[in-house]
Amino acid sequence: MSAPTFLRRPNRVLSVYAILFLAALYFPILLIPLFSFNTSIYVRFPLEGFTTEWFGQLWDRQPMWDSLWASFKVGVPVSILSTTLGVLAARSIARDRVPGRSAVVTFIMLPLVIPTLIFGVALLALLSRLGVPLSLYTVAFGHLIVCLPFAVATLLPRFEGFDRSLEQASADLGEDGWWTFWRVTFPLVMPGIVASLLLTFTISFDEFIMAFFLSGNETTLPIYLWTQLRFPQEFPSVLALGSLIILFSLPLILIGMWISRLGLHEDTTKEAKT
Amino acid sequence: MNGNDAYISIRNVSKFFGTFQAIDDVSLDIAGGEFFSLLGASGSGKTTLLSMLAGFEPATSGDIFIDGQSMDLVPPNHRPVNTVFQNYAIFPHLNVRDNIAYGLRKAGLTRAKRYDMVDEMLDLIKLPGYGTRKAHQLSGGQRQRIALARALILRPKVLLLDEPLGALDKQLREQMQLELRALQRKVGITFVFVTHDQEEALTMSDRIAVMQGGRVLQVDTPAGLYESPNSRAVASFIGNMNFFPGKLRRNGTAGAVVETEGLGSLQLPDAPGGQPDGARVQVALRPEKFDLSATKPDDRPSVQGHLANAAYLGERSHFYIAIDGREEPVAVSAQNRLRFGPPPGSDGKLWLSWSADAVVVLDAE
Repeated sequence: MSAPTFLRRPNRVLSVYAILFLAALYFPILLIPLFSFNTSIYVRFPLEGFTTEWFGQLWDRQPMWDSLWASFKVGVPVSILSTTLGVLAARSIARDRVPGRSAVVTFIMLPLVIPTLIFGVALLALLSRLGVPLSLYTVAFGHLIVCLPFAVATLLPRFEGFDRSLEQASADLGEDGWWTFWRVTFPLVMPGIVASLLLTFTISFDEFIMAFFLSGNETTLPIYLWTQLRFPQEFPSVLALGSLIILFSLPLILIGMWISRLGLHEDTTKEAKT
Repeated sequence: MNGNDAYISIRNVSKFFGTFQAIDDVSLDIAGGEFFSLLGASGSGKTTLLSMLAGFEPATSGDIFIDGQSMDLVPPNHRPVNTVFQNYAIFPHLNVRDNIAYGLRKAGLTRAKRYDMVDEMLDLIKLPGYGTRKAHQLSGGQRQRIALARALILRPKVLLLDEPLGALDKQLREQMQLELRALQRKVGITFVFVTHDQEEALTMSDRIAVMQGGRVLQVDTPAGLYESPNSRAVASFIGNMNFFPGKLRRNGTAGAVVETEGLGSLQLPDAPGGQPDGARVQVALRPEKFDLSATKPDDRPSVQGHLANAAYLGERSHFYIAIDGREEPVAVSAQNRLRFGPPPGSDGKLWLSWSADAVVVLDAE
């Protein structure tokens, strides 16, 4: 047995750092569910007592339900539309001999690094100039810009990961473009599509800035949440709502990320070497 | 049709990718039921030509006829050809049965009938009972057979094979070569087979087209290519060859003589056509056409030399014989018939002899 080198030796300092890092990231979020069950309306220790009253209060609050419904009305079409556009974009980026391919990819991904605030202000200026009234439609349009890069980023590895000769084989065996897409391309990119739908829905559901700038009378859930912060007595039910959002959106994201990697390595590495 | 029995007829086909010419004015006729190989190094255009037969790449100019019909405007899904891809292109989301039955959708068969046909195919490729296997559970050889079955189940007029044995290890490859050849005889379909492996092409084909730089250098039977190559490129691509520069002398009815550097004057049994008297030519002789002996043989042409180098390869040995008038030693391949025989020439001088009819005369480059 050879002496352990620095390559193999577990690094204690790094492990401690990693734990601290994760704790700093997630500890504040953990406080939200904790205080949402606290009887006091103030966020402070010590906890006073256990209650589910705040959750009950939420149940009776019609504006909350309205904004939740508005969020769905925006999120579902946005996720479907951005995934559809993402499929088209990813397919042509991965397949066709697009001139300036990397520039195209960069432009599609740019909204990830440009502050949403800038996009929001720009869109607001543009829409009011054009005289388009603010509504859930304008919110959805803003969300589409935010979601599209995520859709493309999720779908692109799928389209790049599978062998072009599979589509050629389908054509060779007598199928036209539509049937080839339906029988070969679609099933193979399916996990990417599901992942993209989940991911973009969650992003739209959680998005605040675009919704803040672009919504009219109807508001989405994050905006409702924010408006409630003005009233101290409402704060515990905001926490309760926050807990619920975490409870539902976290699994969606995790499932989405898990599905997006499903079969990706298996299919490509098991393929015979060319 | 072009007045002959060609089943596939490639007429003056050229293909450009941008300014790069991948195929340069190729014309080929392939007969029905033939096992035809396109042989060439990578970049010779053989795969491009196959893609054009399959319909994946349009020809820049020229036309391809299959069974008398122009394929110019026919998309891949309407051509009477099927392809076995280099990487097999087995659909990873389908099991073996659904892979093989993929092309049967439009045939409008009942499920039972489809499955019967698949089972028949699985028997043919010697993988009975594999129908429900997943694609990722298959070995390379099995994938290759399933790709074959998936194409053959549609009873194509022509089967195109793009280096289908390239990914297999040596033993399996040799086994599959024989099986594929036997299968082709059994089903009687025209096979167009792309390979860079000259041994593979020689083993399997009825005829071979040797390709280089987008052009067809020679089309012939395996024996024709090996024994009578028409150029130095073909001669050195298939097997090994010794080349001796020389000058052709024609003596009217008495035939012709080549004065070579190294082998002296060679009397040619029948005068080769083409080259005029005094033309610069080269004489080509395969390494196994030479014999080595300790004494001068009196019934065949010979020159004296000495052993410069030797390589032992098991069933045969390669000897490199230095002779006068030639810088490069002559490569000789000899079977090791004796178990412990001393290598010829180990005692100094030896005689290098050859049979007169093994001599191939080529144009000088």
